[in-house]
Amino acid sequence: MSTLKDKLEAGEFAITCEAGPPKGVDVEEEIKEVEEIADLVDAFNVTDLQSSAMRMSSVAMCRLLEERGLETVYQMTCRDRNRLALQSSLLGAWALGMENVLALTGDYTTLGDHPDAMPVFDLDSVQLLETIGALNGGEDMVGNELEGSPQFFPGAAANPGADPLKPQILKSRMKADHGARFFQTQAVYDPEVFATFMEELRDAGVETPVMVGILPLKSAGMARFMDANIAGVVIPDVVIKELSDADDAVQKSIEICSRVINETADLCEGIHLMPMGWEEYVPEILDGTKL
Amino acid sequence: MILSEPKPWEEIEGYLEEDDSVFLLGCDGCDAATGDGGAERVGELSEKLEEGGWDVTGTKVIEFLCNKALAGMKLARVSDLVEASDSLLVSCCGIGVQAVSKLVDKQVHPANDTVSMGDFHGTWPSEETCKRCGECLLDYTGGICPLTMCVKGLLNGACGGSYEGRCEVEPDRPCGWELIYERLRDVGRLDLLEEYNPPKARQKYQFGVPMENRNSLYWALEAEEE
Repeated sequence: MSTLKDKLEAGEFAITCEAGPPKGVDVEEEIKEVEEIADLVDAFNVTDLQSSAMRMSSVAMCRLLEERGLETVYQMTCRDRNRLALQSSLLGAWALGMENVLALTGDYTTLGDHPDAMPVFDLDSVQLLETIGALNGGEDMVGNELEGSPQFFPGAAANPGADPLKPQILKSRMKADHGARFFQTQAVYDPEVFATFMEELRDAGVETPVMVGILPLKSAGMARFMDANIAGVVIPDVVIKELSDADDAVQKSIEICSRVINETADLCEGIHLMPMGWEEYVPEILDGTKL
Repeated sequence: MILSEPKPWEEIEGYLEEDDSVFLLGCDGCDAATGDGGAERVGELSEKLEEGGWDVTGTKVIEFLCNKALAGMKLARVSDLVEASDSLLVSCCGIGVQAVSKLVDKQVHPANDTVSMGDFHGTWPSEETCKRCGECLLDYTGGICPLTMCVKGLLNGACGGSYEGRCEVEPDRPCGWELIYERLRDVGRLDLLEEYNPPKARQKYQFGVPMENRNSLYWALEAEEE
């Protein structure tokens, strides 16, 4: 049973945190880091070859966490699998205990460490959500009956910093109309940008719970790098300046995260942490908030 | 040789729901040769439009609509009629439809599904390309192909990677869905972005020319030449 679903549907504030599978087979370190903050988090999002870099599969890492009693959000992109493999992986994931799934388009192959890989994109994220809905309803996407059906809690991504915003709102509404029951957003640094996004989303009639994305910037250099190189991430110059002016960049970064949470939490239904290896600072980030 | 198939009339009717007057444009190139574009098809479509209660403001058949420079000059001579129309219905391959939508500030509806390009990409070097998917979506996307202009070939809007109108893959590449958004906004049809596009029937273009088209005149001619 999904705590994430229960909380979001009951109108309670929920917290998710990203966990990246290793590039290799040594999982213990990541599991240890995740277990240390398990009490603070409702579910761990396990990324699916994030930034198109080859890693252990999301479903395997999800299972390893579920075995330790940790709830997961199985992230699934459309980049590497056609519609046969996507559906097959979903059935397998349910059988292995995953109940939450985040349907994503996926970064393009050339952005990662295997730029010559074949990009698939047989389905897009909206069609994947529709497909999850079909499986939940006891049929595959072409209408064949399943022997036992999953009951996934499907979610989707949204980008509050999209410019222009209107197409992003239309796309988010389409995702909600086709099965997204929660949204996790890209990293937010400017609460005003997030407030505008939320206002427009609600004005468009989308009442789906939204979890605001929080990603600690380890240094001004990392901030600049991410701003320039990571798809979907935009970092305001004023935040980069705050980091470069700080004597202690770590403390400043934690402070920025806590501040953004405080200024956005009342506008949405949860937070989605993306610590990128800084799991150890998650307790401090949350301590600094009113949550 | 580019091969197209006529879209079912019901589908075309659906495209024209918002329009009262239509300018009808045919191609006298490949599509005329296969019977899907020339004067005969334009005549048939014109009749059907009039029967259906649409005001056909004018018709024109242009040789190789994919030749944007020439097509633009020829269209300029009927610009009054085009201007007086709510939209254009174009009986051509996907390249021709895209080329026309670059030339006019009106919604452009495709009348055909392109099923094979025969490795031919039109008579004019240009950025419009057609993936001969056999399920032409250009009506929903303002005459800009999401399969070729979006690197991921997404069918339901931009991914999260685009920023300020640029694609996540290459900074100087425009986001195809941004172009589609701007185009639909400019022709007043942003409502089309709310239409859900289901997954593509990929089998339609995995084998090149579909079996049923291999009996067509041009297929036979080309096979004969070999």
